Amino acid sequence: MDAILLQILNGLDKGSAYALIALGLTLIFGTLGVVNFAHGALFMIGAFCAVTLQRVLNLSFETIDETQKDFLGNPLKVKTPYVEAWFGPEAGAWIIDWAVPLALVIAIPIMLLVGYVMERGLIKHFYKRPHADQILVTFGLAIVMQEIVKYFFGANPIQTPPPDALNGVANVGMLIGMDIVYPVWRIVYFCFATLIIGGIFAFLQFTTFGMVVRAGMADRETVGLLGINIDRRFTIMFGIAAAVAGLAGVMYGPINPPNYHMGMDFLVLSFVVVVVGGMGSLPGAVLAGFLLGILESFASTTWATTTIPGINQIIIYLVAIIVLLTRPRGLMGRKGVMEE
Amino acid sequence: MTKSDVTRRGVLKSGAVAGAGVALPTIFTASSAAAYTNEPTGGSVTLGFNVPQTGPYADEGNDELLAQQLAVEHLNGEGDSGCLNTFTSKALKGNGILGKKVEFVTGDTQTKSDAARASAKSMIEKDGAIMINGGSSSGVAVAVQGLCQEAGVIFMAGLTHANDTTGKDKKANGFRHFFNAYMSGAALAPVLAAEMGKERRAYHLTADYNWGWTQEESIVASTEAMGWETVNTVKTPLASTDFSSYIAPVLNSGADVLVLNHYGGNMVNSLTNAIQFGLLDKVVNNKDFKIVVPLYSELMAAGAGENIKGVLGSMNWNWQLQDEGTKAFVKSFGEKYGKPPSNSAQTCYAQVLLYADACERAGTFNPCGVAEALEGFEFDGLGNGKTLYRADDHQCFKDVLVVRGALNPTNAYDTLEIVEVTPVEQVTYAPDHPMFAGGDLGKCNPGA
Repeated sequence: MDAILLQILNGLDKGSAYALIALGLTLIFGTLGVVNFAHGALFMIGAFCAVTLQRVLNLSFETIDETQKDFLGNPLKVKTPYVEAWFGPEAGAWIIDWAVPLALVIAIPIMLLVGYVMERGLIKHFYKRPHADQILVTFGLAIVMQEIVKYFFGANPIQTPPPDALNGVANVGMLIGMDIVYPVWRIVYFCFATLIIGGIFAFLQFTTFGMVVRAGMADRETVGLLGINIDRRFTIMFGIAAAVAGLAGVMYGPINPPNYHMGMDFLVLSFVVVVVGGMGSLPGAVLAGFLLGILESFASTTWATTTIPGINQIIIYLVAIIVLLTRPRGLMGRKGVMEE
Repeated sequence: MTKSDVTRRGVLKSGAVAGAGVALPTIFTASSAAAYTNEPTGGSVTLGFNVPQTGPYADEGNDELLAQQLAVEHLNGEGDSGCLNTFTSKALKGNGILGKKVEFVTGDTQTKSDAARASAKSMIEKDGAIMINGGSSSGVAVAVQGLCQEAGVIFMAGLTHANDTTGKDKKANGFRHFFNAYMSGAALAPVLAAEMGKERRAYHLTADYNWGWTQEESIVASTEAMGWETVNTVKTPLASTDFSSYIAPVLNSGADVLVLNHYGGNMVNSLTNAIQFGLLDKVVNNKDFKIVVPLYSELMAAGAGENIKGVLGSMNWNWQLQDEGTKAFVKSFGEKYGKPPSNSAQTCYAQVLLYADACERAGTFNPCGVAEALEGFEFDGLGNGKTLYRADDHQCFKDVLVVRGALNPTNAYDTLEIVEVTPVEQVTYAPDHPMFAGGDLGKCNPGA
């Protein structure tokens, strides 16, 4: 029983990342009709916002310590971060320790800007082009973005640890009289994802802006005829989708150290999530994200891998095939989306 | 009226045959005058450095390239001569190789077998490279080694740890300086028994490709021989990024040791995930839970950060060794590039010098002469102490390092500490050992 609950937790946590990325993909597809293969790169850029802030906070000045030697036998250059010199060792260390959560603050404007520039500078020129063209150009853009990141940060993964207060494990089974320990940061990630997903749905459901966007997603021409500049709102939605991917990336850093390729690692899976959920369906993307996360977790258990060797590697694609055979529009897909 | 024998069908046939002949790659056909592939005729000789310049191992490839460039400088008599001063063979004079200036071209393996073969082929055919060196993957090493055998050039492997490189896939034109998975097991097992006891239950997570399988096989064999029990061996897809769903079952498996047969990004992520789940804080079977990473590299250790503290593993070489060869290389590399070299950099540096030295001793660039000079060659002064290039399988035999993630690092490079230098006798195996069975070295191919 412990093992089952642990895998469910694990699946929810994995599903959080899938759902957040798939949500952004669906927002872009639902509003602008663009299949954005650069969305994984936005997730990666978010993670590197945290890496950048961590590096900025660790900018240091050097002092020579004659008592210690470096690898060449010269006196050791000891580095002291400026923030520790300015705010005192304790306050400075606390600021550095909280680099990842603090990065959320800088990631929001950066990702909105990146999204805006991407949409206005490149993607808008491909609205009326076939989906194959959109896929090619956005995939190319993703490669360019990851090569830029690699140029500045290298190819090696970079550790972005969570704050000490949110590190370690918590006994989440205590509430139901069981012994189930789970990493605190992964619980934080799940809560954060739930909050963001809830926020996006609330924004679309309960604000006038959201109502217009939903109307535009349903019937773009009619909304345009009413004198509403739907294109401008859709551009803003692109920025919001980029910000969601970026924030998901920032918070993902402590789970797995960011590297320039991390966006591509998620991209294919996220597209499978979108297709299984139903192209253009926001609740479908979220549902499929969590569902596939849980299935993937169970497929990796010892029981599953010994019963059906290799099931852990194919489960998501197997489910996608079954869903598409039985429900060709996905779990919650609407009629008329990507259909001639 | 005369009847012509020339028919349309005949012309087409002849044309097709002639075309196919012309289209055959020149490296696979006999060239006219040269005695062997890419025989140097001018005042210089070209070496081909095939390393990952893009892809996930680009940083490691860059480190290899820096070391290869340093080796070329030293061969040409530039810089401080590095290990030319400590190498026991005194054939190298700092005047190039056999009096010819050493030049080099580079290729990008991308850590993909097909891309690595294409770049090596291009360097051999277009640039006239007479030797190929480098790489950070066993899949790449086996692929390029096969190509070099067909093309008739020497392959001096870079980082390749799978048993197969000098086992079932060994080739007469290929030579491996790096240690292998069997040696990791043979070196690690006694240290693990001494530190963790002989009654342990191990759970293996293994990267699902050739290298992972051979490492798992080697570590399972060596730890079971000491009395450990293997609870489970789980293969993880190479493309995995989040290993949490593989780590979670470990908690309920009854295992008290987790062995991560992962390398590169896989290792960084699986180790990070294992630490996140608090494995090292657990007590199972009345013993502290332990993690083992059988193959370490400095760059991966840096990527894993604080998570590697106290975690045991093995290495081919480390810059903290105190032999004269290591000190000379670290000084040259450190003063030129401002950082200590990685063990893959040291391997490539040593391989370039060993190739050049073999040419000098053989008095020729002919791959068969060079191979003969390398076979059974014993030397010292390049790091790792006394070393033998065994003739039977072209595997180097030398001391192996058991290392641990530094508990109190004092600087960015102080990520690993040496626990033991395992003597070469302990990691030596018979050429017909079952883990290396099935291959045939074959005959040296000079190409042309």
